[in-house]
Amino acid sequence: MTAPLQRPKRKNPVVKTRHPTLPPWTRSRVALGMTAAAAEGRFELQRCEQCATVQYPPREACCRCLSEELPWVEIDGLGDLISQTTLLHSHDLYFRERVPWRLGMVRLDAGPTVVVHLHGDVTAPPARVRVACKLDKAGMAVLVGFPQEDVPNMADDRQLREFTCDPKFRRVFVTDGKTATGQAVVRALAAAGAELIWVGHAEPWKRVPGLVDLQALPQVTLLPLDVTDPRSIKEVASQVGPKVDILVNTAEYHRAYGISTRAGTDIARMEMDVNYLGLLRLAQEFGPVMKARGADGQSSAVAWVNLLSIFALSNFPAHGTYSASKAAALSLAQCLRAEMKPAGVRVINVFPGPIDDEWNQLLPPPKLSPQAVANAIVAALRDGLEDVYPGDVAQEWRTRLKESAKGFERELAAGSGT
Amino acid sequence: MTSRRRADYRGVAVAVPVTIPYVRYSTKSAHWWIARALAGLLEGAGISKADVDGVCVSGFLLFPDTAVGLMQHLGVTPRWLDHIPMGGNSGVVALRRAARAVQAGDAEVVACLAGDTNHVDSFRQTVASFSQFARDAVYPYGSGGPNASFAFLTDYVMRTTGITREDYGKLCVAQRTNALSFPHALFKKPLTLGEYLSARPIAEPLHLFDCVMPCAGAEAFLVTTEERAKSWSLPFARILGTIERHNAYPEDPIQYRGGWAMDRDDLYAQAGVGPEDMDLVQVYDDYPVISAMQLEDLGFCPKGEAQAFIRSHTFNNEGSFPLNTSGGQLSVGQAGAAGGYLGLVEALRQLTGRPLGVAVPDAEHALVSGFGMINYDRGLCSGAAVLSRGSVA
Ligand SMILES: [Zn+2]
Repeated sequence: MTAPLQRPKRKNPVVKTRHPTLPPWTRSRVALGMTAAAAEGRFELQRCEQCATVQYPPREACCRCLSEELPWVEIDGLGDLISQTTLLHSHDLYFRERVPWRLGMVRLDAGPTVVVHLHGDVTAPPARVRVACKLDKAGMAVLVGFPQEDVPNMADDRQLREFTCDPKFRRVFVTDGKTATGQAVVRALAAAGAELIWVGHAEPWKRVPGLVDLQALPQVTLLPLDVTDPRSIKEVASQVGPKVDILVNTAEYHRAYGISTRAGTDIARMEMDVNYLGLLRLAQEFGPVMKARGADGQSSAVAWVNLLSIFALSNFPAHGTYSASKAAALSLAQCLRAEMKPAGVRVINVFPGPIDDEWNQLLPPPKLSPQAVANAIVAALRDGLEDVYPGDVAQEWRTRLKESAKGFERELAAGSGT
Repeated sequence: MTSRRRADYRGVAVAVPVTIPYVRYSTKSAHWWIARALAGLLEGAGISKADVDGVCVSGFLLFPDTAVGLMQHLGVTPRWLDHIPMGGNSGVVALRRAARAVQAGDAEVVACLAGDTNHVDSFRQTVASFSQFARDAVYPYGSGGPNASFAFLTDYVMRTTGITREDYGKLCVAQRTNALSFPHALFKKPLTLGEYLSARPIAEPLHLFDCVMPCAGAEAFLVTTEERAKSWSLPFARILGTIERHNAYPEDPIQYRGGWAMDRDDLYAQAGVGPEDMDLVQVYDDYPVISAMQLEDLGFCPKGEAQAFIRSHTFNNEGSFPLNTSGGQLSVGQAGAAGGYLGLVEALRQLTGRPLGVAVPDAEHALVSGFGMINYDRGLCSGAAVLSRGSVA
């Protein structure tokens, strides 16, 4: 059984921090279909439209009937472990630094044989296993074999932690603790075992409800932070930047209305200043230090979480300028993801539907509770996801956008988006 | 499916076994090694480039060149050219292709060449970019290369048949004994079973001496007509039968059997002799598990009973069941695609009475088997040939 993870020892300041290395990331174009599903936590393989053969590795034609109609479908991942090995030698630097490394060969019930990273709690073959698809440090989809039934401390498996960003014993910076969502995120991270949580709060002279309660949590330290003020960000970064393992950007500025119902650009400017430029400023100050700590032992920098909005994917006219600022933030988050990749730091984008807070008062239900958003963020860290769409509205938007982005744009214009 | 009876290989001579001595690392290119092999072949046959009208080439590291570019590189103008990218199956397949070209008259004197270099980093690069499936679905999983693939197979076979590390060790130790008299083997010290068993683990259950050592080297042989061979006074062997198969048994969850099991009846029917008639056997031995699989699938013992077979023979050149008589790749080294030629070239030396090491007494018949290309989870190419002593003049 996996030994429970121990609180990391204090780092010896004389020891040089290792340069981050990545597992091999080259893939064929067709294989990237698996990565798209893994980013959202699903295990998908190609299944032939003509003869229903499930195949792996991904191909350009059905290996049975040569059909080219090969949609990706979700696989339950159950199968038999038929063989295993533990590598003590590797040709790749990343794995060289991490051997011994356990691998398995699994015959999926769905048909094909797959090579998997094998969780330490899977018993020797023959054994039943459940295969899931995860993103590795390079952000590419890989298969992992788990015991069929969960066992204690499973998440603490040394190999599995290479694919996840579990907050347990990690040090987290939440950029805004004044919003209901920010506070829910802090409490969820504390419950998930985060070691330290720094919580930013703008305008510290204003005491908002809930913030005082957060201070009662032993892990929490409040830090004055205004993401529209470069000096404020610089100061916080110099205090805690080199220790942050996970950054969760909850800072946002949200007002209703679109173009014609609003005079001037002051509100839109504030939305951009917080939602877009705020992310840019944070990324400029915290990005480089987190990248430098991509391989800092058990408590490396692992993840950067952006609280975006499902409105980032298509403009919701009733909150039109807010949507635009979130779309800008999404684009920048993709840039950040590309720049963080060499260090293996995962950029997680969260796209909630309307959250049940003061700014969405006039929107009809269903609305997400701040607690649900927080839980989704912790789950995404634990599962190592990259794109998260919490709540029914977000899921519906996602589906309708996939079906017809243009058609959905028309429906949103007609006011039937939520 | 076969409706027409296959033609035999009458009139074809296989001659002039050439091995360019291997080195662990080389700063030369694959082109250099293959050039040395061709020069060795011409010198051994006492002929000139102009006498060669067919060429067959194998080499992993010729990239970006193929056999085509190599012809200009070496200044050869053949009327028949083939490039066989089948790794450990290259020797047997080159033999088949060349023999048919000679019989059909498309070429009369075919130089079969295989060689690769080994730079300090070239093996890693070969493994990393070996195939699309390997890049997508194997290399990102620990990057263990063939060691990992054969570790899976060894783990499976040990568990399901009861064969032990001691059994595999016996094969490795016997091959090392055979290698001690072979001047080109990179491993020159005897290996004991104790050393084999206590060697460091590489990919459980494989340990150091289960794995071949990548190196640089080249091998060659000549395929021509018997008349030519005789007119040039070249000792030669005859081909009694050959088989090849690709992507055999794709439904098997793991590769516990290879294409030989599909084709061995065909092989022995062509040859007119059976496994019991072989005086020496050269199997493709990148790992002992695959040697044992060939012994089973080629009918030397029933499936799943390699253990008893291994326990009942010495596998030495002068003992019972001479196997991999130059030491095989496990003791000579694995020079890329030349590894697919090593057994065939050694069999030719034994059959033509010119062994470099200990001779197999009265070698009349030899079986040579090839295996190659772990594309994803298994080796895709298999092949085998039965050769007999021709003229040893
Ligand atoms: Zn099909």
